[in-house]
Amino acid sequence: MTPFTTLTSIVVPLLRDNIDTDTIIPSREMRSTGRTGLADGLFAPWRYVEARVPDPAFTLNQPAFARAAILASGANFGCGSSREHAVWALSEWGIRAVIATSFAPIFAGNCVRNGVLAVVLERDAIAALAGHETRIDLAAQTVSAGAASWAFAIDPESKSMLLEGLDAIDLTLKSRAAIDAWTAQDRTLRPWVYLERAA
Amino acid sequence: MPQTLFAKIWESHRVADTAAGSSLIAVDRVFLHERTGAAALNGMVAAGRSVRDPARVFAVTDHIVDTRPGRGDATLMPGGQAFITETRAACAAAGITLFDVNDRDQGIVHVISPELGIVLPGATLVAPDSHTCTQGAFGALAWGIGSSEAEHAMVTGTLRMVRPRTMRVTYTGALSPGVTAKDMALTLIAAHGAGGGAGHVIEFAGEAVEALDIEARMTLCNMATEFAAVTAIIAPDAKTYAALAGTRYAPADFDAPYWQALASDEGAVFDAEIVMDAAAIAPMVSWGTSPEQSVAVGAVIPQGPQRAHDYIGLAAGERLAGTPIDAAFIGSCTNARLSDLRRAAAILKGRRIAPGIRSALVVPGSSAVRRAAEAEGLDRVFTDAGFEWRESGCSLCFYAGGEGFAPGSRTISSTNRNFEGRQGPGIRTHIASPETVAASAIAGVIADPRDYTP
Ligand code: SF4
Repeated sequence: MTPFTTLTSIVVPLLRDNIDTDTIIPSREMRSTGRTGLADGLFAPWRYVEARVPDPAFTLNQPAFARAAILASGANFGCGSSREHAVWALSEWGIRAVIATSFAPIFAGNCVRNGVLAVVLERDAIAALAGHETRIDLAAQTVSAGAASWAFAIDPESKSMLLEGLDAIDLTLKSRAAIDAWTAQDRTLRPWVYLERAA
Repeated sequence: MPQTLFAKIWESHRVADTAAGSSLIAVDRVFLHERTGAAALNGMVAAGRSVRDPARVFAVTDHIVDTRPGRGDATLMPGGQAFITETRAACAAAGITLFDVNDRDQGIVHVISPELGIVLPGATLVAPDSHTCTQGAFGALAWGIGSSEAEHAMVTGTLRMVRPRTMRVTYTGALSPGVTAKDMALTLIAAHGAGGGAGHVIEFAGEAVEALDIEARMTLCNMATEFAAVTAIIAPDAKTYAALAGTRYAPADFDAPYWQALASDEGAVFDAEIVMDAAAIAPMVSWGTSPEQSVAVGAVIPQGPQRAHDYIGLAAGERLAGTPIDAAFIGSCTNARLSDLRRAAAILKGRRIAPGIRSALVVPGSSAVRRAAEAEGLDRVFTDAGFEWRESGCSLCFYAGGEGFAPGSRTISSTNRNFEGRQGPGIRTHIASPETVAASAIAGVIADPRDYTP
């Protein structure tokens, strides 16, 4: 996975609360069992007026934001369905960081697993940087636009996964011995958890 | 030190701590469905990895499977068949038990998991589906994840997790007649916002929760994801064990001290507490495009975000009760279990849906629910009233691009999400209890179920 260190980009504003994953990528746009071919369906209900005719009023369609890598939004971004396709679609379109006042937990987890940074900032900070060239420094945990700068919090686990572009499965498999030992012990404590393989 | 139920399950599944402050948490069960499961299985195979313990991974076809009688692999969603056939092939290759299209145990993942005893009190269960929290009603730590995390759980038997915070939501007192677990959930979300539970594992407690039957507890826990919670849990009791006893994958004996200790200790401290008065709750209906935009059925619609008013076509100051509807849907992992169908049928018995209703559908939560309902004659009550009776699946709980309601339909629905376009482009969804859906279908307008109680 591509490491996330610093990112400088114009911020495309989508300042609404409770933007759900059905809107980010509607189910009807998830046409294959793969993880690609999703950018075209990103925000489809809002982005197109009909039959793939772009709505010029929608910010993502405006030329100024054509290469934006940062999206700004309101509260509870990514709520609803667990579909990781929401992050895959954002990422394929070019978004590498989302700044919002809060995130739905499954969406936030999906971001980390795909090298996308989810930053929580206050509403006034988001209003100040929306539409502006902004720099995110993950190591320093800062977001800056013009002369203004804001600090953000992130748990150390997510931070190191993103900074180093780590694959979570590879990392966990290094603990295989500990998992095996735990499982052997658990089998004696909770035998009912362990099932016979289906015929 | 007194512990919460969540802490007990967390500690009993904590394999190791990582250098970065997260923990490896053992996952006892993984449940996949064809919509997001194939992506997880394909990703795993492409990376050259395999399932650590296939006997503890299950899959089902529920999301885009057809629900019309006589179904096969063909779906109304264009290209949907590939999700079913690829899931089938991937499950066979990985040695995973699949409850296939016409398996007698097929049904919505969160409905069949307890029917089969796959979810267990004190266990951890994950699924790449946000409503996995439904299964917390059995005292399990069950939560929704993405496809990558599902792959991680299958391959390693664990997930890397930062310990979530805890919240207790206590419902004191007793519910009034005609008021349900759905109304309890919508009242909570309306009062504290759709982000109100963010980052927390919620324990539902109090007399009104203890009084709920196990199926109603599932409805309450189901809506925790609409509250942005990590998941919800309810301490198991005699009702829980009775519901699981004798199911296929459950152990034979729930008497051991292990099961009896599964409760928060007296004096356990939660990071947040909310207390709700159950007696003050009325039947609730959503008016907008987020579950937080819900009011008591007789109340006046408040001013919300203008976008929500514009989408739904209702202004502040108007009343939901009396608003004409075009369609009615009874289904989903929220409200399509046998008790839900019984309560809706009791209202519909001997009545007909209003002439203005263009589409009325009942989709049982599982094939077992469908058979049980048919054995009681509920299917005939529904069809006599003018509802269509379907095979089990998620159906029109969400729009996959195939079957849908007529464009612009105002739909009253026993589901969990009233998002813009959730049930189809331009569809205006009002979420409510199955009773409220049944009463509204008869009235042809959004109606108070208490006026139609048999
Ligand atoms: S019934 Fe609806 S909410 Fe439940 S699992 Fe299916 S699509 Fe999701």
